[in-house]
Amino acid sequence: MSRAALLVLADGRFPAGGHAHSGGAEAAVKAGRITGAASLETFCRGRLHTAGLVAASLAAAAVLGADPAELDAAADARTPSPALRVAARKLGRQLTRAARATWPSDELDALARRFPKGAHQPVVLGLVARAAALEPVDAAHCAAYESVSGPASATVRLLSLDPFDATGVLARLAPDVDRVADQAVEAARRAIDEGVDALPAGSAPLLEIGAEAHAAWAVRLFAS
Amino acid sequence: MGAGAARRLDGVSMGGVRATARIRATADGRGGTSLPVLEGDGPLALRRTRGSGHEARVMLVGAMSGPLGGDRFRIECGVGDGARLRVGSAAATIALPGQVKGEARYDVRLDVADGGELRWLPEQLICAGGSDLRVVTRVEAGAGARLVLREEQVLGRVGEEPGRLGSRLTVRVAGRTVLDQELGCGPGAPGGWDGPAVLGGYRAVGQLVVVRPEFAKEPVPARVLGETAVLAPLAGPAVLVSAVAEDALRLRRVLDEALAGLDA
Repeated sequence: MSRAALLVLADGRFPAGGHAHSGGAEAAVKAGRITGAASLETFCRGRLHTAGLVAASLAAAAVLGADPAELDAAADARTPSPALRVAARKLGRQLTRAARATWPSDELDALARRFPKGAHQPVVLGLVARAAALEPVDAAHCAAYESVSGPASATVRLLSLDPFDATGVLARLAPDVDRVADQAVEAARRAIDEGVDALPAGSAPLLEIGAEAHAAWAVRLFAS
Repeated sequence: MGAGAARRLDGVSMGGVRATARIRATADGRGGTSLPVLEGDGPLALRRTRGSGHEARVMLVGAMSGPLGGDRFRIECGVGDGARLRVGSAAATIALPGQVKGEARYDVRLDVADGGELRWLPEQLICAGGSDLRVVTRVEAGAGARLVLREEQVLGRVGEEPGRLGSRLTVRVAGRTVLDQELGCGPGAPGGWDGPAVLGGYRAVGQLVVVRPEFAKEPVPARVLGETAVLAPLAGPAVLVSAVAEDALRLRRVLDEALAGLDA
């Protein structure tokens, strides 16, 4: 594997559209549930261990060669909010487009043909990692980190939070991100033997509820 | 010796109580529903109550406390083609710490055949302080099956820190998983469970799943039901109402209103 390939993929400037999404932070800020660095940290920790673990497991399973269509269906079942399913597919489509130019692969071409409206982003992320010759744990780290870095940088804009404080939150979450990535790889290996039902299914009720309310707003800064 | 006697005589044994209850509902051929299998077991007692129209009704009656640490409860319920069954419970289930170390486990397995209808509407599950319970609910519904399933979890009794709860709900329709959700909360649960992404300090959390074949042709649009509840169409002929609330009463009100809205 190339460690630099991981840095390219995990770079927030990778042109896959992630910056337009707040990972539920915009709805949580509006509801008064995120008010500063401390509540941002608890928010991120909760998202990491639910949606983040699910995304990391899907990505790791895709690297291990699980059927992308089965993983995509598993992602649907783990995403009851239709607004979040739409957002995940939109992000998946944008990532597919960027990655086909960056790490061309037959698998990504096949995925684009099979899911013209986009597959769930973590599934695409796994296939991109595969195309870049990365390991399952790399894809899991990417997905787990994205699950907290998105809300953290969005909150800087939403609350005018000091960027140093937001980055401090991410640094304090690093040990949890490592643990979640390891759990995700373990679960992904189990899913290869036992099927996708073995993947984690952590849910975050307030994220799901907030996402639908957010999607109905007339004016918003972020797409989700 | 039944499971109840086992707890009294053997309360400090390492095993905990094991109990499995079974219900089987079938069409009786005259437009009604019969219950060829209705087997309670120890703490899981079952009573047939007066039904309405074609629907048979069963009440789960707790014959003793629990589940306590180390207990293994299981309910299996099958509804055949043309049968209609409603299952409720006489009171809330209270998970309590036991003398036996380790988690208690409560498995619910529901099978609804094509052409069958199940309304699974138990009272709340209350996770008392110090309890440690894992609940696994699996539903297999046929392509033309109808289902209403309600799950409500209350974290701790009034003014009490909650126990540990791990809850997984999987619903499959025609062999395809339309919902797979896991909730972990209480002491020792993954970090952030009580924070602004997950439960945000709310102490009651509920899910209402409704499966109807007609949703395949006429999907229900997503609807926000106040600040802390939403009705969401799933990727399949089913909807999920997901809600959090300050207490069990408020939670029930939201879920009842959502169900009434779907029936209207």
